[in-house]
Amino acid sequence: MDIGIAINKGKNAIRRGGLPYIYLAPAFIVMGVITFYPLVYQFIISFSDFQTKDLLLGLSSPKLSWISIQNYVDIFTGGLPVQNFEFFRVLTYNFWWAITNVAVHVPAGILIAVLLNIPGIWFKRFYRAIYVLPVVIPPLVVATVWRNIFDEQYGAMNQILAVVTQLFGSGDPVRIRWLFEYTPPIPWLLPNSPLPLAYYAMMIANFWLGWPFMVLVATGALQSISKELYEAADMDGASNVQQFWNITLPLIRPAMIPAAIYGFTLSFNLFNFVYFMTQGGPARSTEILVTFVYDLVRNLRLYGAAAAFSMIILVVALIIFLITNRITNATASYTEA
Amino acid sequence: MTTHVESPKRKNFLVRFFTMDTSGSKGIGRKLPLWRQLGIQLLCLIIVAEVMFPLMYVITMSLSSKSERPSALQLFPKEISLVAYKQVLDRPTANPVTFLTLLRNSFLLSFGVGLASILIAVTAAYSFSRFNFPMRQVLMILVFVPLLMPAVGLATPLFLLLNSVKFTDCGGGVMALTPFTACAAGVTGKILFNLRDSLFGVGIAMISGALPFAVWNLKGYLDTIPRELEEAGKIDGADSNQIFWKIVLPLAVPQLAVTFFLGFIGHWQEFVMPWLFLTNPGSYTLSMTLYNMVGQYATSIPWNTFSAFAIIVAFPVAVIYIILQKQIVSGLTLGSVKG
Repeated sequence: MDIGIAINKGKNAIRRGGLPYIYLAPAFIVMGVITFYPLVYQFIISFSDFQTKDLLLGLSSPKLSWISIQNYVDIFTGGLPVQNFEFFRVLTYNFWWAITNVAVHVPAGILIAVLLNIPGIWFKRFYRAIYVLPVVIPPLVVATVWRNIFDEQYGAMNQILAVVTQLFGSGDPVRIRWLFEYTPPIPWLLPNSPLPLAYYAMMIANFWLGWPFMVLVATGALQSISKELYEAADMDGASNVQQFWNITLPLIRPAMIPAAIYGFTLSFNLFNFVYFMTQGGPARSTEILVTFVYDLVRNLRLYGAAAAFSMIILVVALIIFLITNRITNATASYTEA
Repeated sequence: MTTHVESPKRKNFLVRFFTMDTSGSKGIGRKLPLWRQLGIQLLCLIIVAEVMFPLMYVITMSLSSKSERPSALQLFPKEISLVAYKQVLDRPTANPVTFLTLLRNSFLLSFGVGLASILIAVTAAYSFSRFNFPMRQVLMILVFVPLLMPAVGLATPLFLLLNSVKFTDCGGGVMALTPFTACAAGVTGKILFNLRDSLFGVGIAMISGALPFAVWNLKGYLDTIPRELEEAGKIDGADSNQIFWKIVLPLAVPQLAVTFFLGFIGHWQEFVMPWLFLTNPGSYTLSMTLYNMVGQYATSIPWNTFSAFAIIVAFPVAVIYIILQKQIVSGLTLGSVKG
């Protein structure tokens, strides 16, 4: 009997110990084949000159030569056979692009959410319904539409400007080359990576796309603030500005910081939008890391260099994650305190 | 000294306008002064104009019967013609593909990827959320790392992997399924099926990114389900499997739905993988076609057809999003990982 119980116990222990792994198995088997294996494969071929000739045989291709860290060196020193590419310029631009986007989306989102939260405004529901529209449209479609709006000859933006200049007496049609003009309008801004007109055009388009999401998040946070706080502040004679800075802002901060980080990572890798609007042009001046690696794979067919570049993106993303994770953890403890 | 309290009233118009009550509190008791109400309405309407400008622009173009490009700004339709829509539904591009084929392809891809990723992910998410076992941290980081890699970063190996699965007709009635059997040496057969060049294969490639996201998103939700229910189930004699299937899974259905729709919406506009992998126009998707309609190589595409097509591509996602807005926003901000 004793032995039987012991065996049963042992079985249970195995089952209990093994169960978590059994539950993990389906996901890990699938990811093992289509996620981890490709990841490792990329890492391996990032040390080779993998090109079209090697596509058929892969790693067993006799023509494949191992060049150790040459791909990485080439990427950092500009040794790739690619025009107008300099790694640190693209990296700077990529960060600048993501930061400036969040820096306009979040304040705009908070202000508009606060505006709509004022009691007694007419048509509040109507405005909320309209303001959510940019969120629901796929960014890819948004980018194509804005690309047409910024068209040099037929685009709506130049036509609007033409209407404005007509008011001032000039009858000439406006022909601003929004997406193709290379000379930066503000040369001293970001000297490491001059910002062409296309950057401003994309900021306008992405502003349209970005702030409504922040309104959604901020509205949710505003509605969870207890009204008694404001009543108490009123009694103490705090002005509305003081209430905004001392009650509203600190209390929606825990919701806005994760949203801002989400917006940052989204903008940082906004492939579809950038690629559909400018394809990184003119002369790669609006290229971000992901559009460049796409170009390496799709058009230049430098698979080894692309693999090395992907690994670099992974490291950059990891660093961003570690930093942002610290920030969100800081806010998590802030809410508990 | 008490005069300081009164000071806001002496500020100028602009300052007072921008510092109005933000609390949302004193709704019924105090009415908004009319001039302030009108000022806010004006501001709101300016924002409405900003939001509606590109939408009206594209809607107006899509309802126009003229295929020339617009020579002057027009934001309200002068005519309502469905010519462009008809043309798009009939034959969207120069390729001999109907709109319905494109729609079916896009739908199958995003539906399949969304569904497969939640079905495969849910047990792993449960395991991460509820069990404590050796290697848990390491495995969780392993699932997290791929999230940092953009889809295009894995394209080459996935291309090679999927490309190695082929069904070949070697001639003389001999068939070969490539990774397992091959044609006789020296014989180049006719490839009947190439996994890489099929919707199924592209779907598999897209799951490589969708699956880790689904695991993390579902884990974030399962963490918020209180454990009391499970403990009650345990007292009633349910084992771990029963607890998962009978208690946790039913509770997770709403978040499963949200994760599914997030996958669906995200992959509805997937462009990279299909564009790199698919060569046969019969398996093209809506977003690939949209790409064909813009840019310097699309000078022959009339803008009214493009507009109609853009609206049609956006429509299904917009409808899902509007219906599930609340759940999607909370589902996105709830999961411990975003992006």
